[in-house]
Amino acid sequence: MPDFIWYALLAGCGVALMTGPLGSFAVWRRMAYFGDTLAHSALTGVAFGLILSVNVNLAVTLFCLLLALLLVVLQNNRTIATDTLLGILSHSMLALGLVVVSVFADGWIDLYGFLFGDLLATTASDLISIAITAAIVLPLMIWLWRPLIAITVHEELAQVEGIRVAWVRTTLMLMMALVIAVAMKVVGVLLITALLIIPAAASRRLVKTPEQMAVGASLIGMLAIAGGLLVSFYWDTPAGPSAVLCASLGFALSLVKKPAI
Amino acid sequence: MNNAQPLIQGKNLSLHFGERQILDKVSINLHAGEIVTLIGPNGAGKTSLVRVVLGLQAASGGTLIRTPGLNIGYMPQKLHIEPSLPLTVERFLQLALGYHLRRGGKRRHEREAIVESLALTGIEHLLKSPMHTLSGGETQRVLLARALLRNPSLLVLDEPVQGVDVAGQSKLYQLIADIRDQRGCGVLMVSHDLHLVMAATDTVICLNQHVCCHGHPSSVTEDPAYLELFGQTAHAGIAVYTHHHDHDHNMHGDVEHADAHAPHSAHHHCGDHDHA
Repeated sequence: MPDFIWYALLAGCGVALMTGPLGSFAVWRRMAYFGDTLAHSALTGVAFGLILSVNVNLAVTLFCLLLALLLVVLQNNRTIATDTLLGILSHSMLALGLVVVSVFADGWIDLYGFLFGDLLATTASDLISIAITAAIVLPLMIWLWRPLIAITVHEELAQVEGIRVAWVRTTLMLMMALVIAVAMKVVGVLLITALLIIPAAASRRLVKTPEQMAVGASLIGMLAIAGGLLVSFYWDTPAGPSAVLCASLGFALSLVKKPAI
Repeated sequence: MNNAQPLIQGKNLSLHFGERQILDKVSINLHAGEIVTLIGPNGAGKTSLVRVVLGLQAASGGTLIRTPGLNIGYMPQKLHIEPSLPLTVERFLQLALGYHLRRGGKRRHEREAIVESLALTGIEHLLKSPMHTLSGGETQRVLLARALLRNPSLLVLDEPVQGVDVAGQSKLYQLIADIRDQRGCGVLMVSHDLHLVMAATDTVICLNQHVCCHGHPSSVTEDPAYLELFGQTAHAGIAVYTHHHDHDHNMHGDVEHADAHAPHSAHHHCGDHDHA
């Protein structure tokens, strides 16, 4: 197989390693909309990166992190239901991104690639940014695992028991933003949430503990990436969407099994 | 016993959201070994006061002094675990036991503690059950077990017997009173069910945004403010149990019950609620 397949496989597996545990939290904490909002806004980040001629990856990452912080603030002052707020922001951001890109950056960027991912065009520098992200997110995830589970179970109980809930929650949001910024490369802004949610949901029925679910989600994510690349290689389908379909197939198969608990 | 510094000392605590007054100059003291029960109608601010005491909600006015390093066992009113989270009762209880990686011997000790606290609340058989399959009453018992597991010096219980079957309710109140006797911890409870809780209480605070009246259960139930608030119920259903503080303990620290029934109780009560 050619080199670019190996690059793509490495990049995809690196991302799947992170989306496993983060996706599990997205499922447990019902954060699918949150992921969508961040992903959709990434396109606006791309556009601003081009306009201001800064590195696009950096622009997207910073934009996602800022938006995550904004969402934390907005969620704390609950004047409007969270899903409504996210629904509004998510689609406004996508529309804004599309408009800004078409006005200022038409022809400069491969819009299709950003929307659906261009896994097969992964470069060495993409791999490096994924590796750096993983080196930040994975240890942080392990370090914060118990408090993260505790705030997922009951935030106020966790707070009374001495966990700094606001800090832990914000860190989770920021990790999510970081991973979404790099996952964009793999499946594109429209399908990132799929990579978070589907492997985690597929893993649910096979496991007995939160840890198993997170690891299971990572493994299923990696299998889906590998499957997607194979399909893409032999039938010339787009790699990102093919990987998502493989994950969906995995989820469908998991339904056959009775939940372990 | 009230000479010592209180665990919780709240003075003139006020809380308002915008125009809406939730708490109005509420004062509350709670000592080690004391059970204080908050009663009051819906919207009286009982849960809000608990949240202020726990530090989950900053008061708009007044002062709150907590004993530094106070170890609190909190039992929230509700717990909803997503079915998507694979979590057994055992694992849920482990979360209460510190947040560091535990190894070897400590882990065995931890397991014993978990089984013991489940036995106390009468649900050892649920150790391996998934949290999301528990009934309301079972969840309450698990939450109480979790609060006890931390060996707290203050137990804060927000409607602890909500959803528990009638037979279980008085047993749980009895358990709470026994725990207080054995461990000497303070207990702050919110409750709706007046007659059962009265038996297990040293001090009642009758709340309706402000403190209507407070004191020993037998005196509170005769207070005009109380009768006005609970009017009919108070007359029809509340059995004011004679409340002895001079109970005895046997060798195991269990309370020896004296026999006493409320003279004018309209209900028949199974079990003996004299002490507590």
